[in-house]
Amino acid sequence: MTYPVQVVAPQDVVLPPVSDIELGRRRYRRDRAVRSTAVAAVSTLLFAFVVAFGLSRAPGWSRIQQSFFDFSLAKKSFHPILDGLWLNLRVLAVSEVCILALALLVAGLRTVQGAVFFPVRVLATAYVDFFRGLPLIILLYLIGFGVPGLRFSWLPNNPTVLGTIALVLCYGAYVAEVFRSGIQSVHPSQRAAAASIGLTYMQSMRLVILPQAIRRVVPPLLNDFVALQKDVGLISVLGAIDAVRQAQILQAQYFNFTPYVVAGLMFVVLAIPTGRVADAAAARARRREQSGSLV
Amino acid sequence: MPRLRLVNKAAAVAALTTIVSGVGAASVGAASGTPTKATSGPLGSSCAPASLKTVKAGEITIGVDDPLYQPWFASNNPKTGKGFEDAVDYAIAGELGYPRSATAFTRVTFDDAIQPGPKSFDYDLDEFTITTARAKEVDFSAPYYTVAQAVVGLKGSAAAKSHTLAAVRKLQLGAQVGTTSYSVITNQIKPVRAPRVYNDNNDAEAALQDGQIQGLVMDLPTAFEVTTGEVKGTTIIGQLPLAGQPSSFGALLDKGSPLTTCVSKAVVALKANGTLAKLQTKWLARVGKAPELK
Repeated sequence: MTYPVQVVAPQDVVLPPVSDIELGRRRYRRDRAVRSTAVAAVSTLLFAFVVAFGLSRAPGWSRIQQSFFDFSLAKKSFHPILDGLWLNLRVLAVSEVCILALALLVAGLRTVQGAVFFPVRVLATAYVDFFRGLPLIILLYLIGFGVPGLRFSWLPNNPTVLGTIALVLCYGAYVAEVFRSGIQSVHPSQRAAAASIGLTYMQSMRLVILPQAIRRVVPPLLNDFVALQKDVGLISVLGAIDAVRQAQILQAQYFNFTPYVVAGLMFVVLAIPTGRVADAAAARARRREQSGSLV
Repeated sequence: MPRLRLVNKAAAVAALTTIVSGVGAASVGAASGTPTKATSGPLGSSCAPASLKTVKAGEITIGVDDPLYQPWFASNNPKTGKGFEDAVDYAIAGELGYPRSATAFTRVTFDDAIQPGPKSFDYDLDEFTITTARAKEVDFSAPYYTVAQAVVGLKGSAAAKSHTLAAVRKLQLGAQVGTTSYSVITNQIKPVRAPRVYNDNNDAEAALQDGQIQGLVMDLPTAFEVTTGEVKGTTIIGQLPLAGQPSSFGALLDKGSPLTTCVSKAVVALKANGTLAKLQTKWLARVGKAPELK
């Protein structure tokens, strides 16, 4: 049985002229937009003025200015801290790749079905429970100073490598849970449909479940990525000098907190692109999944 | 507690000698009719408890780190008066006219000690090295101790045979963060490999024993403490020349503290009457001579 389908080419559609009422609406909206921009600008300026005035009236303002915003020290500490940040970035890149791989594996193992895989599920759950619960700093100590203490010559003894391993173990557990939530959010009918057209478990996972699951968890993944950007610096307890550690060295040398401000701003700048990517990903998901339901 | 009494006696002797030698303005204070109680200090009325603007009136509050390490303090308890800096803490308080009962301690972390806000202590002796850069942010008293830096390594390791500065330069070195030891690595030793930095010496010692660093730079008294007791199997590779390096410990006070001059006067007086030297022999007796790296 066939249904008659009427196809209308876009160029054939002739829109009626815009009515005066609609034009009036558009003008009104434009006026409101201009007005709200102006109000926002004035209120921002006023707020900035109140904050600046309030701060400058603080009795300790000159001390704070000297201790936290010393421009010449900021200039002096910029390059050493940037060198430290380069270590952060390298560790971040390597650990993020390893984390995603490990987390996907663990999430897969945790959601694998069938009675025979019970021990696998238990192990994966135990891993997540343990490494998500263990404070990262303690994990760093255990891996960084404990593992080399075993004195196996084949084990790594570089603090950066050991620190990266600890980061991967800790964040792997968090991200595994993000992936699991994504996998479990895909409706079971999808799996059933995949099975009905003859896909194996692995195939349905790869072709049907994961593409949907991962798309759904991109915003929380980026959230964890920003958190990792900052936690990478914790490996400095093992001896490597990252941006924050370099700032601490300079702070102790000059008894001045400006280097911390410099390092802090660098991390903020680093996090902004990730934030925008996260926003864009969320907007894209909204467009795709909630199209036609403007709120 | 015989050791305790000894410290008190030392302070008392110090106080007595200053009065007898007439260095202090105590006699002036007495002449001008200021009521001189037992608590009035030997440094004169301007530095007596009555006129000192301390954090807590009538009491001197001394900042101490947490935890405290030997040989500077003993058993993480500043109230014992044991350990070099603890003894000097009490000696300065005594010199200012505060008896032991009017001496209080408060725990102060490094960051807390150097932050720009109001301080919770009157003075703080915590192996703070005096430098001009730091003196822009805080006040320092006159120096109470001159310290050398030393390199510690594992006994029997190849690193332990580095007898020259050139040989030490090739080692993987490490130090505690924020210390003069770290500055000495970067400014004086200038090693081939980037130094590693640790939260504290305990972490650094773990790294030394794990072979992650070959040489740990620390001040000489701490190095003797570590190698002769705390950490088995370690040895002092050598000490670094003092020349050109900031090496004086001073008491730290708030920037512009009204007590700076008086604490400085007290330190100078303690040095002049030999108290500091005595306390040094008593508490830093383990500090011997280490071969100098040239």
